[in-house]
Amino acid sequence: MSHTPFIIGAYSIGAVVLLWCAIAPLLRKKSITRDIRRLVQIEERSRDTNT
Amino acid sequence: MNTEAASGSLSRAFLALLRRDLLLAFRRRTELLFPVIFLLVVVSLFPLGIGPGPQLLARIAPGVIWIAALLATVISLDALFRSDFEDGTLEQFVISGHPLTLIALAKIVAHWLVAGLPIVLLSPLLALWMNLPTESLGVMILTLAIGTPILSLIGSIGVGLTISLKRGGQLLSLLVFPLYVPILIIATAAVMAASDSLPYSQFLGLLTAGLITSVTLAPFAAAAALKISLS
Amino acid sequence: MNVKTEKISKPRKNALVMFIHKMGSPPWFYNFTGKFIPWFWAIFIVLTIWGLYLGLVKAPADYLQGESFRILYLHVPAAWMSLLIYSTMAVLSFIALVWRIRIVEILAMTSAPIGAAFTIVTLTAGSLWGRPTWGTYWVWDARLTSELVLLFLYLGVIGLYNSIDEPRKAARAACLLAMVGAVNLPIIHYSVKWWNTLHQGSSISLTGGSSIDPSMLWPLLIMAIATKFYYGANLLTRARVKLLEQDIRKAWVREVLKEKKG
Repeated sequence: MSHTPFIIGAYSIGAVVLLWCAIAPLLRKKSITRDIRRLVQIEERSRDTNT
Repeated sequence: MNTEAASGSLSRAFLALLRRDLLLAFRRRTELLFPVIFLLVVVSLFPLGIGPGPQLLARIAPGVIWIAALLATVISLDALFRSDFEDGTLEQFVISGHPLTLIALAKIVAHWLVAGLPIVLLSPLLALWMNLPTESLGVMILTLAIGTPILSLIGSIGVGLTISLKRGGQLLSLLVFPLYVPILIIATAAVMAASDSLPYSQFLGLLTAGLITSVTLAPFAAAAALKISLS
Repeated sequence: MNVKTEKISKPRKNALVMFIHKMGSPPWFYNFTGKFIPWFWAIFIVLTIWGLYLGLVKAPADYLQGESFRILYLHVPAAWMSLLIYSTMAVLSFIALVWRIRIVEILAMTSAPIGAAFTIVTLTAGSLWGRPTWGTYWVWDARLTSELVLLFLYLGVIGLYNSIDEPRKAARAACLLAMVGAVNLPIIHYSVKWWNTLHQGSSISLTGGSSIDPSMLWPLLIMAIATKFYYGANLLTRARVKLLEQDIRKAWVREVLKEKKG
C-alpha cells in the first residue's frame, strides 16, 4: 500500500488549517479598518454640518 | 468579635442557606423529578437501541449508567444558581458579607441532595434493567455515592461561568463534560473490575481523592466564577 | 491630540518594570509588536521549508513504518504546540486574573483559537498516520483521545469567550475556565493513558520501537522551533486586531490607521 496519499493529505490539511488560522485575523482587521473609516467619515460629516 | 463566634455564624449561615434551598426545591416537587425521569428514560433507551442481549447489556451497564448520571447532573445543574441569579438574591448574598465560597458550597450540597442522591438511590433499579451482575452492584452504588458529589462540585464552576448567559445550558455541557472524563473513567473501571471479580479498592481510593480535592478547590473556583458573572 | 506621549511621574524605575508598564499601553503594544511580526513570519517560513526539506526529502524512510513516518514531522510538533499553547494560555490567564491587565487577557484569549488549530492538525495528521500504520483512521489510543479532550477544552474556552458580550467580563470568565482546565489536564491525560492500558488498546508506539536516527530528529526539532514562531506571529497579529476591535472608538486607533494610510 502506498503511503504517499496519506502524507500529502496530512500535510495539505495541516497547511489549510494553519493558513486559515493565520489569515482569519487579517480578514477581521480589514473589516474593522473599514468600520473605523466609516465611523470617522460620519463624524466628520456631522461636524461639517454643525459648523 | 472572636473567631469562635464568627465560625458559629458561618456554620449557621451555611445551614440556613442549605435549608432554604432544600425547602425551595421541595416546593417545586415536579421539577425535582425531571432529572430523575430523564435518567430512567436515557437508560431505558440503551436496550432499545442496542438489543436486549443480557451479556452485552451487562458489559456496557457501568458505562451506560454513569453516562446517564452525567447527563442527568448537567441537566439539573443549570438550576443551581439560576433563580437566585435572576431575582437578585445572589447579589444580596454577596452584599451580606458572608464569604461567597461558603454560599457556593451550601448551594452545591443542596444540589447534590436534590439531584445527585436520587441517582444513587435509583441505581439498583438501573442496574437491574441493565443486567449488572449482583456482585458489582455494591461497587456501582459506592462509585455513584462518591462520584456524583464531584459532578456537582465541578459543575458548579461551569454554572458560575455561564450564569449570566440567557442560554447557558448548551454551553455548560461543553464546558463540564471534558472535566468529567477522569471521573467517568475511574468509576466505570471500578465497576468493571468488580464484575470481573478483580480488586477495585484502588479505584475507590482514587475517586475519594478526587472528591476531597474537588471539595477543597471547587467552591473557591465557583465563587470566583460567580464574582466574575456578577461584575 | 497627542495621544502617544505618556506622562511618567516616577523617573527612576528599572528597565523591566518600565517595559511591562509600556506593554500595558495599547498604542505602544500595537506599534512595538508590529515590528516583530514580519520577522516571525519570515523565520517561520525559512525554518519550515528547511525542516520539510530535511524531513520529506532527505530523511530515509523508517524501516518499520515506511514512508508514513514522515507525517510525524507535522503531527509531533503540532501535538507539542497544542499542549504548550494550552499551558501558556493558563499561565497568561492566571496573570490576567490576578493583575487584571487587559493586554494579557487578550493574549490569553487569542491563544485559544491557535491552540485549537494545532489540536485539529494533530488529530487529522494522527488519524492519517494511523490508517497505514494501524489499519484504521481512528483508534481510541491514549494520545489521540487526550488530544480530542484537549480540543473540547479549547472549544469550551473559545465558546465561553465568544458568548459573553462584555469583552473584559468574557475574558475573565474564559481565563478562569482555562485555569480550571489546566488543573484538570494532567488528571485527564493520566486517566486516559491508564484507561488505554486497562482496555488493552493499540500498542504501537510513536517511534515504532526504533531508536530515532539523527537524520529524523533534526527535521523534528526544526519544525518544533518553526511552529513556535508561527504561534508568536499569529498570536501578536490576533492580539493587535483584538485591540483595534475593542478600542474602535478610541483616538489612538485612528492615529495608528491614519499613519499607515499616509
